[in-house]
Amino acid sequence: MSLALSVRTVRKQFGGLVAVNNVSFDVHDGELFGLIGPNGSGKTTMLNMISGALKPTSGEIMLGHDRISGLAAHHIARKGVARTFQLVKVLPSLDAEENVMAGAVFGHQRLWGEEARSLARQLLERVGLGGREHMPVSAMTYIDQKRIELARALASNPRVLLLDEWLAGLNPSELQIGIELIAELRAEGRTIIMVEHVMDAIRTLCDRCVVMSSGVKIAEGGVAETLSDPEVVRAYLGDDDA
Amino acid sequence: MSELPFGITQKELRIGIGIAVAAGIAALLPLFDQGYYLSLSVNLMLYAALCTAWTLFSGPTHYVSLASAAFFGLGTYAVALGVESIPFPILVAFGAVAAAILAGLVGAATLRLSGVYFVIFTLGLAELVRQVVTWAQAKFTGKTGLYVFTDFREMHIFWMLLALTIAIFITGWLINRSRLGFAMQIIGNDETVARHVGIDTARSKILLFMISGAFIGIAGAICAPRYAYIQPPSAFNPQISFLVVIMALLGGTKRLWGPLVGVVPFIFVMDFVAARLPNQMPIVMGIAFLAIVYFVPNGVTGVLEKALAKWKARNAPAPQAVADKPAEVRP
Amino acid sequence: MQIIVTGILLSGTYALIALGLTLQYGVARIMNLANGETLVAGCFIAFWLFASFAINPILGLFIIAPLAFAFNWGIYQVALKPLVDRAKNRGQLEVDSILATFGLMFLLQGLMISGFGGEYHSYQFLSERFEIFGSAYGLNRVVAFIAAVVIAAVLYYFLYRTRLGTAVRAVAVDPNSANLVAIDVAKVAAVTFALGGALTACGGALLSTFYTFNASMGVTFTMKALIIVIMGGVGDVRGAVVAALILGIAETLVATYIDPGLTIAATYTLFIIILLVRPQGIFGRRTT
Repeated sequence: MSLALSVRTVRKQFGGLVAVNNVSFDVHDGELFGLIGPNGSGKTTMLNMISGALKPTSGEIMLGHDRISGLAAHHIARKGVARTFQLVKVLPSLDAEENVMAGAVFGHQRLWGEEARSLARQLLERVGLGGREHMPVSAMTYIDQKRIELARALASNPRVLLLDEWLAGLNPSELQIGIELIAELRAEGRTIIMVEHVMDAIRTLCDRCVVMSSGVKIAEGGVAETLSDPEVVRAYLGDDDA
Repeated sequence: MSELPFGITQKELRIGIGIAVAAGIAALLPLFDQGYYLSLSVNLMLYAALCTAWTLFSGPTHYVSLASAAFFGLGTYAVALGVESIPFPILVAFGAVAAAILAGLVGAATLRLSGVYFVIFTLGLAELVRQVVTWAQAKFTGKTGLYVFTDFREMHIFWMLLALTIAIFITGWLINRSRLGFAMQIIGNDETVARHVGIDTARSKILLFMISGAFIGIAGAICAPRYAYIQPPSAFNPQISFLVVIMALLGGTKRLWGPLVGVVPFIFVMDFVAARLPNQMPIVMGIAFLAIVYFVPNGVTGVLEKALAKWKARNAPAPQAVADKPAEVRP
Repeated sequence: MQIIVTGILLSGTYALIALGLTLQYGVARIMNLANGETLVAGCFIAFWLFASFAINPILGLFIIAPLAFAFNWGIYQVALKPLVDRAKNRGQLEVDSILATFGLMFLLQGLMISGFGGEYHSYQFLSERFEIFGSAYGLNRVVAFIAAVVIAAVLYYFLYRTRLGTAVRAVAVDPNSANLVAIDVAKVAAVTFALGGALTACGGALLSTFYTFNASMGVTFTMKALIIVIMGGVGDVRGAVVAALILGIAETLVATYIDPGLTIAATYTLFIIILLVRPQGIFGRRTT
């Protein structure tokens, strides 16, 4: 398997606070990779550095053979990294189809016109929103807005897809649907990095994972052994999510 | 929403024909009166062009630009400098390019930062350019002003401004159908999303500001023959910038034709004030700004649209209630 | 040397004006573009007190400051508070307050033009020579500078040594948290806005002792104050003082060596450098 994304001794410092402390890991093509840890452990900061929302203080991030750390977010998006946001971010004045087209038009593949439109329709169908192309997204439910975001990210046909707590805030039946959807994406061969708190989802979905705590990597490897690592258990102890 | 490019729709065709007819009627106007009403119409057309060009950029981005006077003055000066040796259309093009370059520089310095920096920067821009032009003129030519003698009469200027206004509308329509237009819609919704789907937000904003600036520069170039004798203070008159902002906001900037609704009444008010109370101009402008902020923050078209929506809602059967509001909570 | 001293003397008044603006923007969150009109009003009142009642402009400050305080407090309560209350976010308030204060700027300017006419005014106060390092300067400039330093020192004491001053600084950092520790944010914002107006008016009164002024010059000074505030970092008192010094000296240098007509060009050059290199200001910390 070839490397899809590689994070090399990446560090992020905000003033005196070290949010991410020299973390390294590799993600292979077609892998579903989990990035987990208690609240405030630096997972989202890590994701923000991969997507270019933040620039690392030191270290580098490679997408395939290209260095992407230090590039602006839109350059990274065009090179093939797409993401969803922790607090869902849809474009309220556009309809569902146009929301998804945004990813198709400006992202990795830069389609335009009918091509972008038909891809958007296809993806809306794919995430379960077929027939609602022209519904205003502000009138949609939370899970449907999350679906829009996912379809928008997929529309750029990314080399790496970042899901930032995409399953958070869903009720049990919605959660089931969400997990199935991600499982299907993996089956299609997508490379996905997910930051997640929902442990069930991590266990069912991920191939490998990295556990972070207070900005450092404390464990890495297959999901089952990593989650039973004593240090990981200690890091989570007392945390409601474990 | 049909901003996306799949041929011209029926509706667009009808609007296009409507505009062509309206423009045709407007074009006949100078044949009826060559005096006061023509001069008033030139002003009307001038501000229609300026405000529409302003809205091209400030409408979707919400950046309040006070750079209009600087762009306008550059256009005027481009004509004044070369009118004796270079054909007029080429000078107009020079004016457009000069204004676009200035817009590009200003945009590059400020559009990456928050809107306040942009307003402040553009606030003094006309004055800055005026000082530099005055100084350069005195130092290199030893003159304080320039004569502009052409064969153009008021009616020719009116026709050119009318053509310019139409060109701005067509450009606006083309932008809406382009990637740039789609990018601006996304930026207007959420800049973070825009960046993460791959839009170079700074570049898009700068490009749009340059297009808007170039049109204002052209308007300045077209108006140069009106002055006959051009000095920096009249070419770079900061009042132009403020009047453009007032009229465009009064009309409303959500739609490209919105500003026209503000231009027409305000030009008449201005004309009245200039004739009867020439010294009270600042007070009128002050009251206009305050009235817009407090009473019509979305412009007259905003008020009309709201009323229309209310009227439609009352006359249409109630739409089915929207299921569950999106939950704001997350663990 | 002479240029440096002239620049420093000029910067004293600039600093007061900029301090007024930085308090208004940094604490009350109002980008007050009518600040220059408060300054011009200060000039005219000082002039009027001196011409009609022979009141020394330095003593006049004790009349002008409370007047300006009351006037700006009123403006905040009547015109600006409604905007603060209705704004859904900071960006909205910024655009609204910019447009509203443009309105105030034109309105006040128009009223002053009607009241005092458009021509330039000046008066003779302490216009004798004063020697520093062997060169002569106008005594009025020196006195104005000293008065500005005294006022700035009092302000510094107020902000860093008193309860209300601490509350003001807390609101500047974070209005929401300040609210949580029982600071009446709305009241502090109103008082600070008024205080900012008073400082600016004092700057105007001092300026009028050595400068020819007219009713429509306000916007030039607003520009200068804005650039000083951005250079120094929004809400930063020390930064504003240092930036005022830099601007005062830069302007004097350009006026002496290149052309007095290019002072705006000089301020803009500084402005562009700051925007490109340190948009957060000289002492500002880059936000993440």
